Amino acid sequence: MCGIAGLIHRGKSSNVGSELQGMLQALKHRGEDSTGYALYGDTDGKNFIMRFKVGENVGEGSSSIMEDVSVYDERKKIVDQYLAELGAKVLKEERTLPYSLRYEISYDKKDLLDFSQKIESIPGVEILSMGKSLEVIKDLGNAKAVCDRYSLDKVVGTHAIGHARMATESGVDIKSAHPFWGYPFSDVSVVHNGQLTNYWNNRRMLENKGMRFMSECDSELIAVYIAQKMKEGASLEEGMKASLTGLDGVFTYFVATKDSLGMAKDTMAAKPLVLYESDDLVAMGSEEIAIRSVLPQEIDTYDPFDGEVKVWQI
Amino acid sequence: MANLKNTEKKTKAQSMGMHSEVLTGRTQQKFFNPDEGENLYYFGTYDVDFNKRTELDVKEMTAPEANKEIDNLMSQGFGTIVIKNPQGKHSLGVGILNKLNLIFEGSLGYFGMGSCDGPTVRINGRVGWSCAENLMAGKVVIEKNAGSCFGAAIRGGDLICKGSVGARTGIDMKGGTIIIGGDAGAFTGFMMQRGRIIILGDVGINLGDSMYDGTIFIGGSIGSYGSDAVDAELTKSDQDWLTRKLKVAEIGENFDVSKMKKIVAGKKLWNYDNLEPTEKKGAI
Repeated sequence: MCGIAGLIHRGKSSNVGSELQGMLQALKHRGEDSTGYALYGDTDGKNFIMRFKVGENVGEGSSSIMEDVSVYDERKKIVDQYLAELGAKVLKEERTLPYSLRYEISYDKKDLLDFSQKIESIPGVEILSMGKSLEVIKDLGNAKAVCDRYSLDKVVGTHAIGHARMATESGVDIKSAHPFWGYPFSDVSVVHNGQLTNYWNNRRMLENKGMRFMSECDSELIAVYIAQKMKEGASLEEGMKASLTGLDGVFTYFVATKDSLGMAKDTMAAKPLVLYESDDLVAMGSEEIAIRSVLPQEIDTYDPFDGEVKVWQI
Repeated sequence: MANLKNTEKKTKAQSMGMHSEVLTGRTQQKFFNPDEGENLYYFGTYDVDFNKRTELDVKEMTAPEANKEIDNLMSQGFGTIVIKNPQGKHSLGVGILNKLNLIFEGSLGYFGMGSCDGPTVRINGRVGWSCAENLMAGKVVIEKNAGSCFGAAIRGGDLICKGSVGARTGIDMKGGTIIIGGDAGAFTGFMMQRGRIIILGDVGINLGDSMYDGTIFIGGSIGSYGSDAVDAELTKSDQDWLTRKLKVAEIGENFDVSKMKKIVAGKKLWNYDNLEPTEKKGAI
């Protein structure tokens, strides 16, 4: 199973951290192996925010190998060294957990490919997100547990997507958790509910084109696939429409950029999605109860049809 | 009923020496006899008075708690129950085997009104996936939209959605009527075996895919036909039935049924010829 949820406020900001937590917690029965948030917060847009991990959560239920915390410290030192070599200046540093860090960085180059490849060349290090608005936070446990662990309930922003995961085809670990960053594009994130059956064919093809995969989770393919399409010049919506035929299997997924939110549903409409749309808010989730956590009053909702792609702007 | 202890004829397996013991024990097999009233009795049903009305606020209840309370109210003779604040909860109103006038003031989540036999239900909101799955008899009216698998495997009754529905409406249905005021998604009538589906709006791809039997009427455009779904002539009898059914359903007033398309099974894929329980009931 797995549950996905997303919302976008149009023309205003709101407490998206708390709202998404409520939506995902309402879907916890669809899976609580891990939960992930992609939050688009209010920032001045000048600096990059890099969320990255230097190890895994090796707590109860994790499929990761236990490592000593000293290893995390060593990896962090190398990250700091590489950032200096890349000309990136760390303005603010937060270490929420021994394995999870948030850096605010001044970096004036637009191409993040070389940057990301160098940082991720350090074994055990993965950039969860890189953007001027986006922050991806994901960890083991249900929505409330992750929200509490990272103090996400006070994050204010315009839009957000999230995922409550029941692990089926890959491990219970952070690297397989959603959302996935649309590497190497700033501020692009993806969450997915379903299974992709042509994962390896697409993965081999995309790796030959220089794209990177950090996990063996089939959902990561969507992020990389869309990123590749955008790299080739397609708009977000064009990339998503191409995915309806390029990806095989069953899926409903969301993609977010710094100023937009999109959804796509496969041509068999095998995975659920309920959508609420008004002039100032779009909210959607695998089940209506997710939407009801932010809109408890009676509202008009509907299921998008098979093969439908929609994109909204903030 | 055969007395297994007195069975002398050897089975083929016994004659081949594969086993020698004589089968004993009890069987739960029962044969239908319309003269025996007990066969028409459902466990857990109540005599209710439709004029005896009450309200139930389920805002702070779980679905099992709400369903148990509905059962409790029926046991007290309430024949009209208004459910307040369903708020998209799953599995509300399931398993009601009773005549009952049930009104939901709001939307339901997944599996709402599943496995019911007899109630008349009005939902003043939307429903999620698999609404009224396995409905045996009764009437369920949804004022807004519905999710996928609407009326999956129903065997009887009328299921009416005044808005649009998702994919696989009437999948595996074995009787009854589904009426949709708006549009329907892909695979409508997928593997349906009996019954009728009426869609006043447009319908998606693979309509009636692998249907065994039954009839689908479409008022709007068709995305594509599914395997073995074919056009059939819309007869005067069909039009009369459609007009009557839409009127009873309070939907599609002034809709020109003469322009509807009728789709049936080509019967190149499957054969299907067993009476359903609802048809057996009708036969007596």
